[in-house]
Amino acid sequence: MNSSMVIGQYVPGKSIVHELDPRTKISIIFFFVIIVFFANSFMSYLLLTLFAVGSVFITRIPLSFIVKGLKPVWFIIIFTFFLHVFMTKEGNILFTIFSYPIYSGALIQGISISLRFFLLILVTSMLTLTTTPISITDAIESLLDPLKKLRFPVHELALMMSISLRFIPTLMQETEKISKAQASRGVDFRSGPIKERMKAIVPLLVPLFVSAFKRAEELAMAMEARGYQGGEGRTKLRELVLTKKDYYVIAFFILVITGVFLTRQ
Amino acid sequence: MEENFLSFEDVSFQYQEDQPWILNKLNISIHPNEWVAIIGHNGSGKSTIAKLMNGLLFPQEGTISVADMTLDEQTIWEIRKRVGMVFQNPDNQFVGTTVIDDVAFGLENHGVPRPEMVKRIEASLRTVGMNGYENHEPHRLSGGQKQRVAIASVLAVAPDLVILDEATAMLDPKGRREIMETVRHLRNERDVSIVTITHDLNEVTYADRVIVMNDGEVWYEGTPRDVFSKQKELQEIGLGTPLVTQLAHELGALGLDFSKEPMNHNELVDELWKYHSMT
Amino acid sequence: MEISFDDVKYIYQPNSPFEHRAIDNLSFTIPSGSFVAVIGHTGSGKSTMIQHLNGLLIPTHGEVRVGDFSLKADRKKTNLKALREQVGVVFQYPEHQLFEETIQKDIAFGPSNFGVSEEEIQRRIHSSLQAVGLSSDMLERSPFDLSGGQMRRVAIAGVLAMEPNVLVLDEPTAGLDPKGQREIMDMFHDLHEDKGLTTVLVTHSMEDALAYADYCIVMDHGEMYMQGKPLEVFRQKEALNAVGLEVPEIIELLAKLEAELDISIPYEKQSLQELATLINSKLKGGAST
Repeated sequence: MNSSMVIGQYVPGKSIVHELDPRTKISIIFFFVIIVFFANSFMSYLLLTLFAVGSVFITRIPLSFIVKGLKPVWFIIIFTFFLHVFMTKEGNILFTIFSYPIYSGALIQGISISLRFFLLILVTSMLTLTTTPISITDAIESLLDPLKKLRFPVHELALMMSISLRFIPTLMQETEKISKAQASRGVDFRSGPIKERMKAIVPLLVPLFVSAFKRAEELAMAMEARGYQGGEGRTKLRELVLTKKDYYVIAFFILVITGVFLTRQ
Repeated sequence: MEENFLSFEDVSFQYQEDQPWILNKLNISIHPNEWVAIIGHNGSGKSTIAKLMNGLLFPQEGTISVADMTLDEQTIWEIRKRVGMVFQNPDNQFVGTTVIDDVAFGLENHGVPRPEMVKRIEASLRTVGMNGYENHEPHRLSGGQKQRVAIASVLAVAPDLVILDEATAMLDPKGRREIMETVRHLRNERDVSIVTITHDLNEVTYADRVIVMNDGEVWYEGTPRDVFSKQKELQEIGLGTPLVTQLAHELGALGLDFSKEPMNHNELVDELWKYHSMT
Repeated sequence: MEISFDDVKYIYQPNSPFEHRAIDNLSFTIPSGSFVAVIGHTGSGKSTMIQHLNGLLIPTHGEVRVGDFSLKADRKKTNLKALREQVGVVFQYPEHQLFEETIQKDIAFGPSNFGVSEEEIQRRIHSSLQAVGLSSDMLERSPFDLSGGQMRRVAIAGVLAMEPNVLVLDEPTAGLDPKGQREIMDMFHDLHEDKGLTTVLVTHSMEDALAYADYCIVMDHGEMYMQGKPLEVFRQKEALNAVGLEVPEIIELLAKLEAELDISIPYEKQSLQELATLINSKLKGGAST
């Protein structure tokens, strides 16, 4: 059981962000992502940053946890910053590093691009940190509902997502079991030349596929036995209800958007 | 003569045309509120019977009727509501991401309104003793607990018949005990027929009636007591008998005459007590 | 090969919120050539314990010795591959590890990983197939076309083909029907005798522990709870019940006869016929016997 790999990294909690309807969260994030690209003044950036960092504080998720989660992207953010600083040639020359001139415009450009990037990642990771994968699935199904009229298989897509989520831990356990069985038969997954290690994957992958197919077959039979015949005429246990909280948060977000547009240059 | 809830009339089945018949002109019936155990060695056709009972397979010949309906493409969904099934592998029948989602799955399929759904989920989780586990994910449950959730999922749809198709085969002894207790509790609590397909002889002793399958045919049918009295014949078709009946037979060979075939430890002690008090 | 555990501890994911101590204070010695049953309910640490036997896990603390091999936390130089050639492990549902196109190739997989010569592999394929009771004309067939019971036998043959000195069996009969279970267990017992193996059997079946083992290790909460000869261990009914374990049914039944009918028959692996004779004479003869 490799529980160190938490899928979607959901952190349980009782904050207002946790309790919002997942559709509210997804919609806000969707519009936030667009709005970030409209920001171009100090004030508009400040507003968005306050909004993003503020909501992180409201979740009460330990900062260290979030910083850790952002680890893989810090490099990209910093790289983007330096790329812009050295490549852009706008505004006045502020100073020179190793006889390389740094322009004021470049600095502004570098900061704003990497800030945008940072905000995007922070806000989207807020979704997975405060929402269970299954709620996200429900929300996607509900938001895509209009597409059903166009015969887009919304229900099937959502079911596929939730079944995948359900089986990820099972398949991870299975992978561990099979790799131990094959290691006991002398396979070395850890050392040796790359070519040998690639070959070592086969005795792991084949049994995994065989078992996944068997599981799928049995699962399909169990679903059929329990009366599953597609999305038609189904009711749902999980209900998504917009509460007052959602409306307040949406109203507040509209204010932020308005603020961003007013403070643009 | 009791009416039948479910009956097979001259049912024959083969998986493919060029393959041998798995079942051969089979006639069996299940009465309301009856617990029937089906036993037989691997390949005797036991599990095929289960899958025919709720239309997961269709017979080539003969008719199957459930609650006065003949099983066909039209009645199949209604019949699946009446006949619930718990399979062998606890992992491969858990559809939901949490316990409560899994129990809801069948109800959602049958279009049960949400308020009713909530009530039924509560009640069926209580029946199997899994209330309090609503938000647990399957990988945090033991095999026995997963199978109890599977039973609850079936019960929520309020079937008249629950089939346990080797549902205890992959469990440890503790899990097996849990399932058998659940089934006995269920029988006290609700009007429901049970069909258990099993290798576990001690499970068989609790049934009202036992159907012994051999080579696609009913080899013998009777109470567990009747069936286990045929120790020698059972051995010939690759089946054993519980330890108690084996010992009773050895004692019988020494001249001890039992008024009834003992099925468990207490009955054996009671029978022996007669001889003990005589001296 | 002699196996010994000296104050072994194993912790999963140390220094994380998921830290879990699976075994602790575990010390015992299994003499070479013995057949040991490891019992305990699910989660008692049995699986973690046996994974130390071929170095799938290295103790967090303490030392595991298998023959001349030593596994210790601070010394990672042990030649694991050589150890794994000596210790064959049959996992639960071993048929899940089959992957080759033919039965022949799958059985050859283990020995070829250990660099056994082609000629020798051919010999071993035939002898291990024979040991599991399958015929050699199946060799070219795909293992996936077999019945469940046959697949298990092929998988077991794949482990036997490594010709290990120690055989570790993790509930090798799970999911089989009673007849299949008996056949597989009898087969392991014969192998143990014929090849002079050291066999470690993890089982939920007290009946099997009683019938096949010459020594029992009972685990609970990752620690040694009891150890001894099967008859000694199973005499302690209360202690076993206290950790959720049953005693073999025959012992349970004899205990009941003693409690209710005052017939005392110490169980010494008598046949049912012998037991019936004893019960009969005690019942009828009363005090005279």
